[in-house]
Amino acid sequence: MLVQALKDQGVDTVFGYPGGAVLPIYDEVFQQNDIRHVLVRHEQGAVHAAEGYARSTGKPGVVLVTSGPGATNAVTGLTDALMDSIPIVVFTGQVPTFMIGSDAFQEADTIGITRPCTKHNWLVKDTDRLSGIIHEAFHVATSGRPGPVLVDIPKDVQFATGTYTKPSPTASRYQPRLKGDLEEITELVAAMEKAKRPVFYTGGGVINSGPAASQLLRELVEATGFPITSTLMGLGCYPASGKNWLGMLGMHGLYEANLAMHDCDLLINIGARFDDRITGRIDAFSPKSIKAHIDIDPSSINKVIKTDIPIVGDVAHVLEDLLKVWKSRGRKTNAEAVAKWHMKIDEWRKVDCLAFTASDKTIKPQQALARLEALTRDRDRYITTEVGQHQMWAAQYLTFEDPNRWMTSGGLGTMGYGFPASIGVQMAHPESLVINVAGEASWLMNMQEMGTAVQYRLPVKQFILNNERLGMVRQWQELLHGERYSHSWSEALPDFVKLAEAFGAKGIICKDPADLDDAIMEMVNYDGPVIFDCLVEKHENCFPMIPSGKAHNEMLLGDAETQGVIQAGGAVLV
Amino acid sequence: MSALHIKKGASKHSAYNLRPTFSDLQERHTIAVLVENEPGVLARVIGLFSGRGYNIESLTVAEVDHTGHLSRITIVTTGTPQVIEQIKAQLGRIVPVHEVHDLTVEGPSVERELAMLKVVGDGDKRVEALRLADIFRANVVDSTLGSFVFEITGAPEKIDAFADLMRPLGLAEIARTGVAALLRGE
Ligand SMILES: Cc1cc2nc3c(=O)[nH]c(=O)nc-3n(C[C@H](O)[C@H](O)[C@H](O)COP(=O)(O)OP(=O)(O)OC[C@H]3O[C@@H](n4cnc5c(N)ncnc54)[C@H](O)[C@@H]3O)c2cc1C
Ligand SMILES: Cc1ncc(C[n+]2csc(CCOP(=O)(O)OP(=O)(O)O)c2C)c(N)n1
Repeated sequence: MLVQALKDQGVDTVFGYPGGAVLPIYDEVFQQNDIRHVLVRHEQGAVHAAEGYARSTGKPGVVLVTSGPGATNAVTGLTDALMDSIPIVVFTGQVPTFMIGSDAFQEADTIGITRPCTKHNWLVKDTDRLSGIIHEAFHVATSGRPGPVLVDIPKDVQFATGTYTKPSPTASRYQPRLKGDLEEITELVAAMEKAKRPVFYTGGGVINSGPAASQLLRELVEATGFPITSTLMGLGCYPASGKNWLGMLGMHGLYEANLAMHDCDLLINIGARFDDRITGRIDAFSPKSIKAHIDIDPSSINKVIKTDIPIVGDVAHVLEDLLKVWKSRGRKTNAEAVAKWHMKIDEWRKVDCLAFTASDKTIKPQQALARLEALTRDRDRYITTEVGQHQMWAAQYLTFEDPNRWMTSGGLGTMGYGFPASIGVQMAHPESLVINVAGEASWLMNMQEMGTAVQYRLPVKQFILNNERLGMVRQWQELLHGERYSHSWSEALPDFVKLAEAFGAKGIICKDPADLDDAIMEMVNYDGPVIFDCLVEKHENCFPMIPSGKAHNEMLLGDAETQGVIQAGGAVLV
Repeated sequence: MSALHIKKGASKHSAYNLRPTFSDLQERHTIAVLVENEPGVLARVIGLFSGRGYNIESLTVAEVDHTGHLSRITIVTTGTPQVIEQIKAQLGRIVPVHEVHDLTVEGPSVERELAMLKVVGDGDKRVEALRLADIFRANVVDSTLGSFVFEITGAPEKIDAFADLMRPLGLAEIARTGVAALLRGE
């Protein structure tokens, strides 16, 4: 019945790992050919792979794991998906209903454990309700603000037969509001007509809303001529080659983007959540602006920053109405002032905050990414990342023209996300170039998935910027803790080339800047999974950086400025 | 190249509690939540409060619509206006939650609580307890030669006042239901 429900939900791929409590389901999976099952090597990998699949397709990712340890291993992935609003449906096996509560073999209170890290979860106690719950689970995961859901199915319920119901989207009690309030939209249009220094601050919500939202956003930006920045989660919703693009904002965002946020008089938040990586010091955040916020989740509004014009609704729906209202009122903007504003922004751009000095002896991580960008930009490319400095450099130096091309763990910052995510992306896009930009430490956290990549012949490229350090931690220790590098380096790293070979994949090592281009091309052209061990400068810091507890205009641009900048108060923040 | 430095001096504080744009005033609100009566729904509501660090002063729950499987949860909470708004928005996100009403804002509303108080004593104290109970319209639901159990309903303040008076008279135990509340009028 589960398999039938999945088929009716249009599922083509399931990431999973079997065990005693899900054997009846695996037996069904065995006897059909419509749904591919990908055997991961760890349940955390299954959830991240499903996240990669979901983020790169816009469809929900599906996971099947066993009870007890299978379920607890999935918890990190669920929390990650919750923080980043990724639609995931996880099925867990459970001990039979009559044994629940008896500390049975591999029993865990999966519903209790996952309640705070799912959007919703269900324990199915009656086979007749199974199909209805599965359809509701897909509906809840994908509608409104997307997120992970979990369905816990006791083994006796799996064995029993029951009546099957077909999916029907209107049957669900959960019906979030999509259309924005027209009065508020009109208020925003009026503010846009007058604004002298407007900026669009866009985020993951644009991507969540689907390709139409990105299309409408592009139209709006071109028509108004307003500059646009985006969070880490929103990269690709507006093309990096677009003339109004400011680059990413936030803690490691671009100088021009952050100063535009600080000095603007109208801040239009579209599907972003005023995360603390963005706001920095709250009382100094964009002090001169009127703030509008378009978000489908009312709890995102006024959570952190007080909003003057709140619009609850789906990005695509709201932008459509916004454009209509703006056009019907004569397509007005304060063009003269906005042109001046662009001149100001161009001055900030001249600072060239991403400039770095390449060396001919060691590979700078920025240089590695700049070359990766130059050599792969024109390909049909998907990028995933791990967490750390390399992630920030990837966000700064790689460019994205379309949504759903960039998969990264933003909210939870889960080391070990990128590799399994790249597997999920490659499953969904078998012909595309999928690269995971990694740090060696993060990559090791889910390296067992090499087995999966090799077994399914997934040509994922693991581009490891190997600084032999927990680079991001080391950077904070340098800036905050008097260069006392407590446990932030790895002393016993594997030989990554041999490691690749041990799994039956290809390994490439590169340490000379002169070899970089050839090595990257060798990786790209190899038909199969590759571990690329790029030995980079060990103590490079990631700039620009807004230290915790500081304002946007107190950004650090380079090493010379870092002496004593983070005061005691900032140090308590993460 | 150094960035502009416009405002300085406030970065000693944590960014998390620097919220000058929001009011610091603590308010007390009574919130009524209509939920689908399914397993775990109360755990979701309570988990939300503990997980996000909100206060619960009192919480009552019971099924109010047997055929429709609806329960009503009444929560009394305190927080700044912004926190109260967040609580309501967060409650609204819970899938089995049907309606969230802030009775303090939508009011006027009536609030009632039921309490039982055991008062142990004899002689004058016993007489005085009975006399005060009469004034407060508390009923005696159990009595022995050395004790009374009073039942009292009313607004929480009335129950507080009654309990304060009973304390010197031998208040031994108190059980309270928490607040139930309804909007007045139609
Ligand atoms: C080491 C590290 C450093 C980081 N540094 C930075 C940094 O410098 N800059 C940066 O930007 N980030 C940074 N991040 C990421 C950061 O922590 C947050 O994850 C990110 O900023 C949140 O992005 P977002 O605001 O777009 O929100 P998301 O988490 O993507 O949330 C989306 C918002 O849109 C809403 N939404 C969802 N769907 C819809 C819809 N259909 N219609 C309308 N609204 C919708 C949601 O309700 C939510 O409010 C960093 C992360 C790490 C790990
Ligand atoms: C699971 C997990 N544990 C710990 C951290 C804290 N952390 C953030 S970045 C980082 C270092 C990452 O090192 P590496 O993957 O080598 O990347 P680099 O910063 O060197 O580029 C650590 C330990 C985390 N984000 N996730």
